Amino acid sequence: MFSYYIKLALISVKRNPVLSLLMITAIALGIGASMTTITVNYLMSADPIPHKSQQLFHIQVDSWDPNNPFNDDAQALPNQLTWTDATNFTLAKKAFRQSAMGMSGAIIEPAGDDAKPFEASIRLAYTDFFGMFDVPFMFGNPWDSNSDTKRDQVVVLSKRINESVFGGENSVGKTIVIAGRNFQVVGVIDDWQPMPKFYDVNNGAFDESEELFMPFSLKEELELPNWGNNNCWKSPEGEGYKAFLQSECINTQMWVELPNETAKAEYLGFLNNYVMEQKALGRFPRPLNNRLSNVMQWMESQEVVEEDAKMMMWLSFMFLLVCLLNTIGLLLAKFTGKSAEISLRLAVGASKADLFKQHLVEAAMIGLLGGIAGLGFAMIGLLGIKSLYGDFVDNLATLDIRMILVALCIALLSSIAAGLYPTWRACNIAPASQLKSQ
Amino acid sequence: MSNTQINPAINWEIGPIFRAMLRNKVGAILIALQIAVTMTIIVNSVYIIVERSKEMQRDSGIDNENSFFLTSIGFAENFNVPVTVAEDMRTLRALPGIVDAIQINAVPNSGSGWSMGLKTQSGVEHDAVGTAVYMVDEHGINALDVEIIAGENFAATDVGVRVVGQVKWPDKTILTKAMAENLFPDMPFASVVGKTVYINDTDPMIVVGIIDKLQAPWVGWNNLENAMLSPEIMDFKGSRYFIRTQPGQRDSVMKQVEQLLSSNNKGRLIKGMRSIEEARERSYRGHTAMIKILTTVMIILTIVTALGIVGLASFSVNQRKKQIGTRRALGASQSAIIRYFMLENFLISSIGVVLGAVFTIGLNIILVNTFGLDRIDWFYIPIGMLVLWLVGQGAVFGPARKAANIPPALATRTV
Repeated sequence: MFSYYIKLALISVKRNPVLSLLMITAIALGIGASMTTITVNYLMSADPIPHKSQQLFHIQVDSWDPNNPFNDDAQALPNQLTWTDATNFTLAKKAFRQSAMGMSGAIIEPAGDDAKPFEASIRLAYTDFFGMFDVPFMFGNPWDSNSDTKRDQVVVLSKRINESVFGGENSVGKTIVIAGRNFQVVGVIDDWQPMPKFYDVNNGAFDESEELFMPFSLKEELELPNWGNNNCWKSPEGEGYKAFLQSECINTQMWVELPNETAKAEYLGFLNNYVMEQKALGRFPRPLNNRLSNVMQWMESQEVVEEDAKMMMWLSFMFLLVCLLNTIGLLLAKFTGKSAEISLRLAVGASKADLFKQHLVEAAMIGLLGGIAGLGFAMIGLLGIKSLYGDFVDNLATLDIRMILVALCIALLSSIAAGLYPTWRACNIAPASQLKSQ
Repeated sequence: MSNTQINPAINWEIGPIFRAMLRNKVGAILIALQIAVTMTIIVNSVYIIVERSKEMQRDSGIDNENSFFLTSIGFAENFNVPVTVAEDMRTLRALPGIVDAIQINAVPNSGSGWSMGLKTQSGVEHDAVGTAVYMVDEHGINALDVEIIAGENFAATDVGVRVVGQVKWPDKTILTKAMAENLFPDMPFASVVGKTVYINDTDPMIVVGIIDKLQAPWVGWNNLENAMLSPEIMDFKGSRYFIRTQPGQRDSVMKQVEQLLSSNNKGRLIKGMRSIEEARERSYRGHTAMIKILTTVMIILTIVTALGIVGLASFSVNQRKKQIGTRRALGASQSAIIRYFMLENFLISSIGVVLGAVFTIGLNIILVNTFGLDRIDWFYIPIGMLVLWLVGQGAVFGPARKAANIPPALATRTV
């Protein structure tokens, strides 16, 4: 029976080609607009490390100004740590894995006379960074934890840097000149681009991951420039780079891996103790207020999803609503036009339920066709978004299979919903009055 | 009823139209709702577009068309920053086509820079006013194309050298008019010259001059108009140069400068060369994109709604063919038929736009509360109502004319 209904629906769709095309296009446009914005929002709020996002925590401690909270919200905590605190927390090793981290950059001077020096971004971190975030390695391994404290000049390269400097071969053990120093390559990572770049959302939540990775302690040793956000409520005490590092300025992120609730509670206890000790030394002038946020909590609190993206999503839902109202109206008109046919079928014995099913199948078919065409519009929409926003959204504007299914489901459900009333009206006509006029 | 056609004065037939509408309530409600939601989206979108365009048109204070910047990074062991900068400035300032060149720590509207807080009283307990900091030498005023409207420029002897991690500030500063007024709201800006302001809570700086306008690097910042100049050159490995060219010569000068600087010192790298226009375009990219997207949405939405009205009207014309033919046979003129459909649509649209006005304000309230937008100006609403009315009338005109062309003879035929 179902296939028969589909056949009837096809005939009916073909009978009023303009009206049908109008409905399909309306649904397609609504679906296209909604899917474009849903995709962008979905990818902006995606879990970048799903298997571990519950066990990774970003640390916040309130080291801010006694006279003013970090921002307008009195409970707000600084979004980064001081170099001193992050280093102390990491060296205390109270978590399963931990790493202070920051961003920097330096000039790479490739070997060979005609090779041109170029600038590369650096993620300064402890060796736990790689295990904690499951960074995939192509060659070699993370550096030894001794290198963190001994300040060895070791480096892990991104795949791209390894290609441009070493032609993509296994470069482990080789030497590379960075910031005028000889560094030993200990590893090369494979493509790795968490999206959003959750571990440092304050410096571009959708930026590319860094090109070089090296021990955090080298920041002090080599006086590497501080890239990314730096925020001070109090100027450094004393002149020079060391005084800057040891100041109350916040410029460092810190993540820990805590496998369970007990570990989390213990870690929070450790943080509280640390702050109390520091208070005795005259630091941390504000009330005790420390926080551990897991990956999704952290991204939520830092408002990673752009407001414009949210706004556009709601506008596109309203757009879909207009398209559906349009479809309801047109379906109503169409089914009313079929009164004579419906009456005839009722008169020759079709039940109302049969007719109801038949017309819902017709509505669903229009929805499905609209949904498929809508996917096409969504792809065009996403291409448009890419060309408007540039590189930064490259990873935010791709349809995956889940989004395609969502699109088809929305199209199907909304068209069936749109078809309910017209169908009900169509099945509730008095056959006699319609047949008489024939 | 029969005297309808005899009467030479136009009979608007609102009564019959209304009664006919009541027989197809749902159809009318659907169109009215569609018009209402369309109006809601369109009016709010137009409002957002206008607001964003206004933001983009704010004056940066600098010569957007004829300025550019670049970064010079020294990497050689013996790279001497102050010497290189001095040499570069001499070369650049002598180059034909260049009005002036400076080393600067940050570029207006470019997205990254420094900010500090200034106070009118010394001490941690007083509130500070946030401001962007631009470190420039005595050529800053000329290169940035700003005007001193009170006081004077820095002298060459005021300019100090800033090293990495330096805490100390010079003892002179120049403020924008907006910053001077924010710090001293009760004073005409000209009398701020000579006042002492405090940086880092307690370090005094004397205001030697006031400039007309210079925006901060961050276009989304609340204190966009607050900026201060500090007389310093920087001994940092990476330094930024800001260059203003003669009108129309920017692009050729950019190429020349890149070649010149890359070749005259092997121990450094020139990167990030960008015109102010490009930097501003990047900073406002989100705005541009939003404007384009909303414009597209508005156009498509209007078409969808209009086509929906066309579809439904055509359909109802087809349904009523016989009745229309009958009316024509009884003496109704073609314009009476057209008037009937136009008027029907007008009535439905009226309900739609009134609902639309309510929805528009509702959505605006939500946008104000959730996204911190401003409240919509009242006049957007009547304009939106008028536009939607016109769209409805325009859409229904085609089908109405088709209806008017139905021959009276149709009434005599069966089907």
